[in-house]
Amino acid sequence: MSLKRKILELQMKREKALQGGGEKAIEKQVAMGKMTARERIITLLDENSFHEYDLFVEHEARDFGMDGKILQGDGVITGTGTIYGAPICIYAQDFTVAGGSLGLMHARKITKIMDHAMKMRVPIIGINDSGGARIQEGVNSLAGYGEIFYRNTMASGVIPQISVILGPCAGGAVYSPALTDFVFVVENISKMFITGPEVIKTVLGEEISMEDLGGARVHSEITGNAHFFAESEIECFDQIKKLITYIPWNNGQKARPFELKEPLHSKYKIDEIVPGNPKEPYDVRDVIKAITDGSEFFEIMELWARNIVIGFGRMNGETIGFVANQPMYLAGVLDVDSSDKAARFIRYCDAFQIPIVTLVDLPGYLPGVDQEHAGVIRHGAKLLYAYSEANVPKMTVILRKAYGGGYIAMNSRHLNADFVFAWPGAEIAVMGPEGAANIIFRKEITEAKDPEKMRKQKVKEYKEKFANPYVAAAKGYVDSVIEPKETRKFLLHGIEVSKNKVDRKPIKKHGIPPF
Amino acid sequence: MTKKSKTTKEVIEEPVINAEESLKERFRTICIDGDKYKTLYTEKYKKRINYEIPNFKKIYSEIPGTVIKIHVTEGQKVNEGDLMLVLDAMKMKNKLIFPIGGTVKKIHVLENEKIPKRHLMIELK
Repeated sequence: MSLKRKILELQMKREKALQGGGEKAIEKQVAMGKMTARERIITLLDENSFHEYDLFVEHEARDFGMDGKILQGDGVITGTGTIYGAPICIYAQDFTVAGGSLGLMHARKITKIMDHAMKMRVPIIGINDSGGARIQEGVNSLAGYGEIFYRNTMASGVIPQISVILGPCAGGAVYSPALTDFVFVVENISKMFITGPEVIKTVLGEEISMEDLGGARVHSEITGNAHFFAESEIECFDQIKKLITYIPWNNGQKARPFELKEPLHSKYKIDEIVPGNPKEPYDVRDVIKAITDGSEFFEIMELWARNIVIGFGRMNGETIGFVANQPMYLAGVLDVDSSDKAARFIRYCDAFQIPIVTLVDLPGYLPGVDQEHAGVIRHGAKLLYAYSEANVPKMTVILRKAYGGGYIAMNSRHLNADFVFAWPGAEIAVMGPEGAANIIFRKEITEAKDPEKMRKQKVKEYKEKFANPYVAAAKGYVDSVIEPKETRKFLLHGIEVSKNKVDRKPIKKHGIPPF
Repeated sequence: MTKKSKTTKEVIEEPVINAEESLKERFRTICIDGDKYKTLYTEKYKKRINYEIPNFKKIYSEIPGTVIKIHVTEGQKVNEGDLMLVLDAMKMKNKLIFPIGGTVKKIHVLENEKIPKRHLMIELK
């Protein structure tokens, strides 16, 4: 056979493999409103950058009539490419091939590309669209999942790991996304759960639809399993691309710098955003946008635990992780979910050398039986742990109130913040004036002729004396009391002088965070 | 929202009328340590279940199922640990026993009746 014919043979083999599960299966996929696995990869990556490997991998299953079956690529597409020039390893499960079910060789393709990503120190993106374990392959398919989980854990904090749920992802399969850094979901397409509606109905008699049990909205608003919610696959890919611009390729590098842009001062007037009355709400994201380059802020977990805001912005072109109490929701309190949300993000930033800026405005922790019974002690402790442990540059700006345990938890000097700034309207105190006055002056108030008048007077006294930043500044707990419009200047300088920060932790195998 | 008992610090007030018409959702208040803050509630917060002091005299089902056999009658005196009824659920015949002793005041279920989760089955005096 001449080389020419052999090349022709290769071309034919390729063409066949590229058809995936065949026309009918592709039609079905399209009818479900989904793109095919290969379309997804091509849409997500830079044009012509995708290079596929293991196209001719075949399964070795012999039982249950599997020996005669050909599964193209064994139901998963793997390869490398780029996003805005950043090198990426990627895999996408192909639902058109045996429902994207995971067999031994399917898993081997995934672990192989994960190993590549680790060797090359580049981000890995996994697109999940699979019916689950390939039952015919029995324990081999379980082994496959386990080997993926192990690699997810080993890669955690070394390379960014992104999971995209574009179809069902049920049972054990959900644990790979759960172990990765960012989970993307799309309305009406993503479905994640451990036990599906069928099982729940049989065992418990409870009826629920897949969407209500584990749809995109559920995981974005209720469970907190997903980080980004999109209404279409295209929107989802745009979110992933944007995220890639903010994060470094691995933990040994910084995110790629961008050009410095001034915030849109005319749109976000930093002096006017925060109301003087500490009981009035406002959107803290406006404060972030008043500080960041180009007033750009890329929010993560926008819909879950909205009483705290996390996300990326840039300052002087460098990626910064922002954590901010959100007075617009639940007065910005800390609770089980918001502590969990912020703590994980802080650990992400710390692992990938991203400086953290914390904006503080909170009345404390959320009271309630449900909170206590849900373990707010344990979950709240995650935040203390994450801040204390992080040794990237950590800066805090106290915008308004910072009361009690909430003040300590929000990257205070006491948890080893590098710089703590406070606006002149900041109230750094053990609790709000009403509560404090009621306790400190209980005797005076109850014994007074007019208790209500006395109470008001004492609240006023307390406010004047303690509801300010100067008591904390007098102790050096606040480094500088600054005007709002000086915030960006102080933070930029703080980042600049922290470039060579050295903050060695005691030698240990690893800590034991409260999770 | 109903006012909560004095045992918790939290007091949920009636909705406060929002001055800004542009915000579709109306501001509510949340009380922390005696200070009342104007804010919005999250969906999860709205859906939270208020705590109720458990009443052991009212016995509810913990899982849905079918009542196979009732072993007591109204007015009967029972001790803690006595057999109450058999509930066919989760593919098993579950023998349910009385968590406390007392007199059966009322039986709210029938034999062969299908009952959901948290369904009142028996009341004790």
